Amino acid sequence: MITADAPALPTGAPQLPREHFLNVEYGVKSWLLTTDHKRIALMFLVAVTLFFFLGGAAAALFRLELLTPPGDLVSDHTYNKLFSIHGVTMVWFFLIPSIPAVLGNFLVPMMIGARDLAFPRLNLSSFYLFVIGGLFTLVVMFTGGLDTGWTFYTPYSSMFANTYVIAAVTGIFIAGFSSIFTGLNFIVTIHKMRAPGLTWFRLPLFIWAIYATSVILVLATPVLAITLTLVGVERIFHVGIFDPAIGGDPLLFQHLFWFYSHPAVYIMVLPSMGVVSEVITCFSRKRIFGYHFIAFSSLAIAVIGFLVWGHHMFVSGQSIYAGMVFSMLSFAVAIPSAVKVFNWTATLYRGSVSFETPMLYSLGFIGLFTIGGLTGLFLATLGIDVHVHDTYFVIAHFHYIMVGGAVMGYMSGIHFWWPKMTGRMYPDGWGRLAALIIFIGFNLTFFPQFILGYLGMPRRYHSYPPEFQVLNVMSTAGASILAVGYLLPLVYMLWSLRYGRIAGPNPWRAKGLEWETTSPPPTDNFEKIPTVTEGAYAYPERKETAHG
Amino acid sequence: MTSSTIVPVRVYAAVYGALMVLLLATCAADFLSLGVFNVVISLTIAVAKALLVILFFMHVRYKEHLLWVYVVAGFFWLAILIGLSLGDVLTRVH
Amino acid sequence: MAERSDYLAHQFVDPIQQEQSSTLGMWVFLATEVLFFGGLFAAYTVYRFQFPEVFQHASHHLSVLLGTINTGVLLTSSLTMALAIHSAQTGHRRQLMAFLIITMVLGIGFMVVKGCEYHKDYVEHLVPGHSFAFDARYMPQAQMFFVLYFLMTGLHAVHVTVGIGVIGVFLILSLKGRFTPEYHTPLEIGGLYWHFVDIVWIFLYPLLYLVGHHR
Repeated sequence: MITADAPALPTGAPQLPREHFLNVEYGVKSWLLTTDHKRIALMFLVAVTLFFFLGGAAAALFRLELLTPPGDLVSDHTYNKLFSIHGVTMVWFFLIPSIPAVLGNFLVPMMIGARDLAFPRLNLSSFYLFVIGGLFTLVVMFTGGLDTGWTFYTPYSSMFANTYVIAAVTGIFIAGFSSIFTGLNFIVTIHKMRAPGLTWFRLPLFIWAIYATSVILVLATPVLAITLTLVGVERIFHVGIFDPAIGGDPLLFQHLFWFYSHPAVYIMVLPSMGVVSEVITCFSRKRIFGYHFIAFSSLAIAVIGFLVWGHHMFVSGQSIYAGMVFSMLSFAVAIPSAVKVFNWTATLYRGSVSFETPMLYSLGFIGLFTIGGLTGLFLATLGIDVHVHDTYFVIAHFHYIMVGGAVMGYMSGIHFWWPKMTGRMYPDGWGRLAALIIFIGFNLTFFPQFILGYLGMPRRYHSYPPEFQVLNVMSTAGASILAVGYLLPLVYMLWSLRYGRIAGPNPWRAKGLEWETTSPPPTDNFEKIPTVTEGAYAYPERKETAHG
Repeated sequence: MTSSTIVPVRVYAAVYGALMVLLLATCAADFLSLGVFNVVISLTIAVAKALLVILFFMHVRYKEHLLWVYVVAGFFWLAILIGLSLGDVLTRVH
Repeated sequence: MAERSDYLAHQFVDPIQQEQSSTLGMWVFLATEVLFFGGLFAAYTVYRFQFPEVFQHASHHLSVLLGTINTGVLLTSSLTMALAIHSAQTGHRRQLMAFLIITMVLGIGFMVVKGCEYHKDYVEHLVPGHSFAFDARYMPQAQMFFVLYFLMTGLHAVHVTVGIGVIGVFLILSLKGRFTPEYHTPLEIGGLYWHFVDIVWIFLYPLLYLVGHHR
């Protein structure tokens, strides 16, 4: 975007700006009490990275257990605790906050030309709510665990489980309010604080995606909060809200839970879709194909995503008629997702495509998300779901969405905006190598699980019949490759903080307001609030470029 | 649009009067035996009361349209939650 | 742009942007609150459809009189809150403080009546748990009604208490002369919250107290 007051790009080797948000103040207090959205974003980055590796460690342990058919490495009870803690940390303490709280926090004000979010102190309180919720989870993890799975199904969670259910739901309840306040902040900021000239249809598609995500965060999370409260109340007072023995309806829990938890999947994947729209255009040097379709498909996913939750309950005693309605609605939500994939692919067509690290992750996203989405349609089909429900087919499907989709998008975004956040480049060769390792490791881990599930291996058991071993060994081997792939970026990113090449304001020659300020940006983001005169992704038309 | 809109006191008084009349009406209706219509009447009156509070006491009538979107969104999403859950409960074949 | 006033936060360009952002933020939060209470309303609706007669009998153990009085009290407190904001808008500080005090008193009155009701329920063995006693024909679902009753009114009472506290803070701030006809956004935001609490009760009243007609 061209602005009236664009600073002249420095010539020669880029240099770090003299004063920026990282060096304007020093000391622990200047971080812990900051209201600067960029500093809060970085604190979130540290926190979610910690949870990512904790959840990953749990996954590594149970993948090791599944290396051999008998349950020999850990007991069945420990196994239950491992997958429960893996689910809870990955869903609520990594995937949900990852892109919104880290990249969204960092980028929303910069992309719309604002000095900060609308409510900076609320933003800081979001972070502390997240930390407090996370501490509850850590306490649960290290004092006795949780064996309900991340879904807390009643009446097991409310009447029978002997683990720290109350502490776990309290932690999630508190972290839920962190999400709500983050979403609220984004909604208000995007509505009210756009720079002059930045109309809705000039916004980067990342902003549209974050907006749609925020709507879900704000409208779905409170239902989760009250549902978990009900589980806690029933567990403490034994009053039978969901317990069928005293007139309760366990399916009511599932309705309330999935009213949040299905849209939560879109909380995870919509922001990734936003990242992909930014990265694909930048590394194709092209305007996005079908801007309006991608923008509105984000909103459509946010709305239709609320109408499909019953497809988690096809075999749990739900009415067959409700099942049919939910099945059809679930097919409907595939349409806006497919629209996006189509438009990204069309954007690549005849673009000047280059394969830097962020682009590799985004391309990985498109392929893996497509597989995850299509297998989702299998599962939304009533008859097929009866066959594969609660098998590894489901596990593979949602890992293609959550890891193949959401985490790939997150990695893409972190690599894309890392130079903006830190002012320095990571080594791109290492980045590409890690992206490749992650792609291979991911597919080796989860593709065999589609077959395992189709053959009938149920989820959540620590032992299995010997005929499933070959595929399980492949999966565990893939998981170890994946672990290497995730550890590599941790190393070279930290290395780059000190030794990385100075990036300059716009190392990718990308379009967007965030690239027009220095890297790292000053505390107020812009020296002067910019004025926007053209739409997003105004990359030069192909005819004008020299190479053909 | 902004805080400069000052709603006259007589509007507040009229709204309050209407709220009290509705409260008495809902009480009175409760003493009639109307079968299922008892619920319908009492909930209709509740919606009317809520609308009065939202539009006048909460100034939504005088504010930008964007606020209407979020006022409606909360209730609309609640309707989705209740509607689709009931859709299951009421059509179960035992 | 005019001179920056000291109540304008650094991230905003002008007071109008700040005022609109705060109002929108509060409404988004209230949408969240609708769905927070909404989970309980959904549970209530599902169970009422499943056990209509039980809910009717259980509801008749609640005092319609006290419920009606409390509805009147909260509606009145909404009026006084609106008038408090009106006083701030027109620059009448003493009036503003008087209306804030009346609103607080009404809120506290609501809590007192609610407390009396809870005590009455306790004496009549209507509190779910081991001491719960009810006509055997309507067990165990009758207890479900009272679980929902206590959760819904309890969550509401928490909100009323928070509201009373917020109005108390406003009282102190207006004592210090912090609100002017130009700047009273916090009052408006707090007022929205107070009215929302009123709206929740407007729905709780028919759903809990007026189930099936009374003779």
